Amino acid sequence: MAVRNLLQAIHDALEEEMCADETVMILGEDVGRAGGVFRVTEGLQEEFGPDRALDTPLAESLIVGSAIGLSVNGMRPVAEIQFADFIPPAFDQIVSEAARFYYRSNGAWNVPITIRAPYGVVPGGALYHSQSVEAYFCNTPGLKVVAPTFPKEAKGLLKSAIRDPNPVLFFEHKRCYRLLKEDVPEGDYTVPIGEAKIHREGEDITVAAYGLVLHTALEVAKKLSEEHGIEAEVVEPLTLYPLDRETILASARKTGKFLAISEANITGSVTAEMAALVAREAFEWLDAPVMRLGAPDIPAAAFARPMMDAFVPDAARIESAMLELARY
Amino acid sequence: MEKTRTRHEALGLDEGDLIRMYRAMLLARRTDERMWILNRQGKAAFVISCQGQEAAQVGAAYHLRPGYDYLYPYYRDFGMVMLLGQSVRDQFLSLLGKKEDPNSAGRQMPGHFSSRELRIVTASAPVGVQYPQAVGSALAFKLRGEDGVVLVSGGEGSTSEGDWHEAMNFAGVRRLPVVFLVQNNAYAISVPEELQVAGSIAKRAEGYGFPGVAVDGNDVLAVYEVAKEAFGRARRGEGPTLIEAKTYRLTAHSSDDDDRRYREREEIEEWRQKDPILRFERYLFEVGVLDEEKKEEISAQIKVEIDEAVEYAEAAPFAGPEEALERVYAEA
Amino acid sequence: MAKPVTMPQLGESVTEGTIARWLKSEGEEIEKDEPLCEVDTDKVSSELPSPIAGRIEKLLVSEGETVEVGTEIALVAVEGESEGPPREDMRSEGPTEEFPAAGTVAQPAAAQRVRRPGASGGNGRGGVPDAGELRLRRSSPVVRRIAAEHGIDISEIRGTGIGGRVTRKDIEAYVREREAARGPAPTPEPARARVEVQEGDRVVELDSVRRAIANRMSLSKREAPHAWTMVEADVTGLVALRERIKEDFARREGVRLTYLPFIVRAAVESLKEHPILNSVWDEERIVLRRRINVGIAVDLEDALIVPVIRDADDYGIVGLARRIDDLVRRARERRLSPEDVSGGTFTVNNPGALGSVVSTPIINHPQAAILSAEAIVKRPVVVGDAIAIRSIMNLEVSFDHRILDGGAALRFLNAVKRRLEGYTPQSRVF
Repeated sequence: MAVRNLLQAIHDALEEEMCADETVMILGEDVGRAGGVFRVTEGLQEEFGPDRALDTPLAESLIVGSAIGLSVNGMRPVAEIQFADFIPPAFDQIVSEAARFYYRSNGAWNVPITIRAPYGVVPGGALYHSQSVEAYFCNTPGLKVVAPTFPKEAKGLLKSAIRDPNPVLFFEHKRCYRLLKEDVPEGDYTVPIGEAKIHREGEDITVAAYGLVLHTALEVAKKLSEEHGIEAEVVEPLTLYPLDRETILASARKTGKFLAISEANITGSVTAEMAALVAREAFEWLDAPVMRLGAPDIPAAAFARPMMDAFVPDAARIESAMLELARY
Repeated sequence: MEKTRTRHEALGLDEGDLIRMYRAMLLARRTDERMWILNRQGKAAFVISCQGQEAAQVGAAYHLRPGYDYLYPYYRDFGMVMLLGQSVRDQFLSLLGKKEDPNSAGRQMPGHFSSRELRIVTASAPVGVQYPQAVGSALAFKLRGEDGVVLVSGGEGSTSEGDWHEAMNFAGVRRLPVVFLVQNNAYAISVPEELQVAGSIAKRAEGYGFPGVAVDGNDVLAVYEVAKEAFGRARRGEGPTLIEAKTYRLTAHSSDDDDRRYREREEIEEWRQKDPILRFERYLFEVGVLDEEKKEEISAQIKVEIDEAVEYAEAAPFAGPEEALERVYAEA
Repeated sequence: MAKPVTMPQLGESVTEGTIARWLKSEGEEIEKDEPLCEVDTDKVSSELPSPIAGRIEKLLVSEGETVEVGTEIALVAVEGESEGPPREDMRSEGPTEEFPAAGTVAQPAAAQRVRRPGASGGNGRGGVPDAGELRLRRSSPVVRRIAAEHGIDISEIRGTGIGGRVTRKDIEAYVREREAARGPAPTPEPARARVEVQEGDRVVELDSVRRAIANRMSLSKREAPHAWTMVEADVTGLVALRERIKEDFARREGVRLTYLPFIVRAAVESLKEHPILNSVWDEERIVLRRRINVGIAVDLEDALIVPVIRDADDYGIVGLARRIDDLVRRARERRLSPEDVSGGTFTVNNPGALGSVVSTPIINHPQAAILSAEAIVKRPVVVGDAIAIRSIMNLEVSFDHRILDGGAALRFLNAVKRRLEGYTPQSRVF
């Protein structure tokens, strides 16, 4: 065991997988020589050489497209898109191509690629370094989308993603890179894709969340317990697509009160899918309407701090929502 | 005195090769023609043609080592896939969307080729997406130090897509073993070359740091020759080559297109005089590889093959509706 | 700074009120004394005039919701004062929970909005029920399910959720208590067997008035050991008197002259002589009321209401006739104020108006007694030694036997009888 932050845990997963399997490689802008703009891939080029930690030209569609081509010719590439905000040029290759290869060839060609991208609001990030883009991809059969918040799950999930024969989108909340640290097992272990995690058990309300807001929700849950005797059960989906329906529903049925939180624009977000699931499948157990919390429907967080603060559901809003639900 | 070498001998081709090439081109043509008939009879929903481009396809694809080199075809490349090893029957199964269709078991439209064994990577409909994928596969060969080559094919329209340029650039930066074959057939649906292409396609390669060559796409031996050089370069690790094969699309874009809206019959007639199959026949007759009898024989064989393939395909079953739900994700 | 409006005490012994209908919505201006809402108690429906002027910032209680007296029901922003920090209430008003880009409100709490007139509260008067009503009556899926499983009427349970909603915890606790109350021995019969509704049966949901009457009657009978006695009064003279003057009376006074003013007058004077019947049992003592406030039971088709004539001894026949006419009319129009139905010390019941000749009324708790005057019927009676046809009215009193005994009751009753028998066609009324 060693204390690792999110960034380090991701790095460790990459390094260990590249060590264990010579077909695993990373590619993207600045990932090789510079070690990535966030230093996630630091040291990998030194260790594995410039062909396995490969600096690509500034071309997102190429990054993903060539990853597809590499993967159908014996490699296991982990492509990085430098900021999730820059994923749109690669959208065609991800959604039309990677997600569909297997289905359209009737199982002849699978695409074992992982696409990593940092997401989430940071001070100064503004409209194009802060977005949450996961919802665009959570409606795409053939893809898997994961977004672990904490280091321990991140390492295990990234390993699973790399080993998965399907294309996996792996979102990392950049605010959590250095903020979240915990004991992470050294060596090899995986966390299965498609399984949610209960971070905290409780009887009164269920809060499903991912990203920085999960971390905030856990702190609020502690406060609610201490100050109000309200016990919130906090669930992290971990895999956003496909959702772990069983775990989410079991929790919703247990408490009868469900709140889903994410940092993305609220309309059309992954929380809407969770809410629809709970409303349909846990209806007879519900003791309150299904609630959600998210960013307002405005194009991402602004640069100026006061405007940025209006975007992300903060501790106050989360607390207020959780209290309201508990008291319903 | 040394006999003057024929053109094909100079290229290292023997009679067997020539007959193979000829057969491949003719088979593609006749298959294609039959597909149109089936479409006009209401039996086939959609046809997209290779007619007029057989020489460009066969001449280039002839260098592929099946099961080793990679092919990223586009939807007209019947000549290529049949040369590599797909059967006539396969083409009609695919045309009619039957379960036995090797490309997709009927999931995709005709012309979306795929074969793991033949290393034909599943083709898509968005134009140009194959280029970044192709250079990725080429990179894999290079990373492993192998001499595999990737042949990627598309029309001149595909060179307007960003993906083509991103791939060309990457291929140049990394000196990848890839051959870009652009079959310039003068029209992208209705848009003619002068509205599609700024400057010259072949010359763009220079901007990306590697050679580009324009060739008479209706001369199979000419295409063969430039492709031989391109494949050779790639195998030797000298990097990519761009081949612009100038040819002509003899049919409408597809069975859903009425080309009378945008081009004259005279133009098509003019190009029919330069039909690549006719031209190659003339050469074969010249060098004594083909005579009337042999030509008839081949023609008759092809007809029988096609008749049988059509009959088989028409009788073959569709995949069941529940099969549509399968194979979304690969199992580990 | 927003000032609160609280649920007033609308009548003594009233501990809670139900907002039947909001007459104003959030954001609207309101004047002082302008009606803010309709409030139902178990006695009256009454409009609540706003105690303050300003702009309604928030309605805190939904229609159909019952809250205790003193509970804040609305916040009114008073002109000229700066906005303070938003008050803590159960719904947060911070930026965007579900941020409505197009102004649509997704919050369930926000569904408690003012209903336009026409949609009533939970009084069974018809109209589309609003979310608040449904929440109270039906609560949530899991609560309904548990209620169905255990045969519980949700309305029996006190709710701690918003708007008084029964939460899952409330009903689970209720179930647990019920189980515990049953004791360890398993009972063969269910603790509270519900009536099985059969095909064709019509189910009438209780409204707050009916429930209130039910509660009060049960309470009265439970608390006070009722005794009863009856006398017959020969009111031939009264009948003739009324016949003689009634048209004149109606013309002059503008109100009808019934027998009721005479009965009340007789009762009031008799109470002065027998004050024990104008008292209240108070565990260790009996409190004899000085003021005589006579309640008149008024039948309203589906309910019973008892408006009170305060200081009934101030009025003569004419005054009583006017007061009775006014109260009955307003009762029928449901326009009684809380003062109209509170403060009673004695009650007069007049089932005779509907043809009853004998009745055993239930005391209007916590009063000491209730007088019933029955129908005037012509009967053959013995006068002297001859048979005569006389108009006879039965008078009964139900009384709290803790406070008084039969002798006192009869002495009172006979006093009433004497007075009523004392009227002649020549009696002066004006």
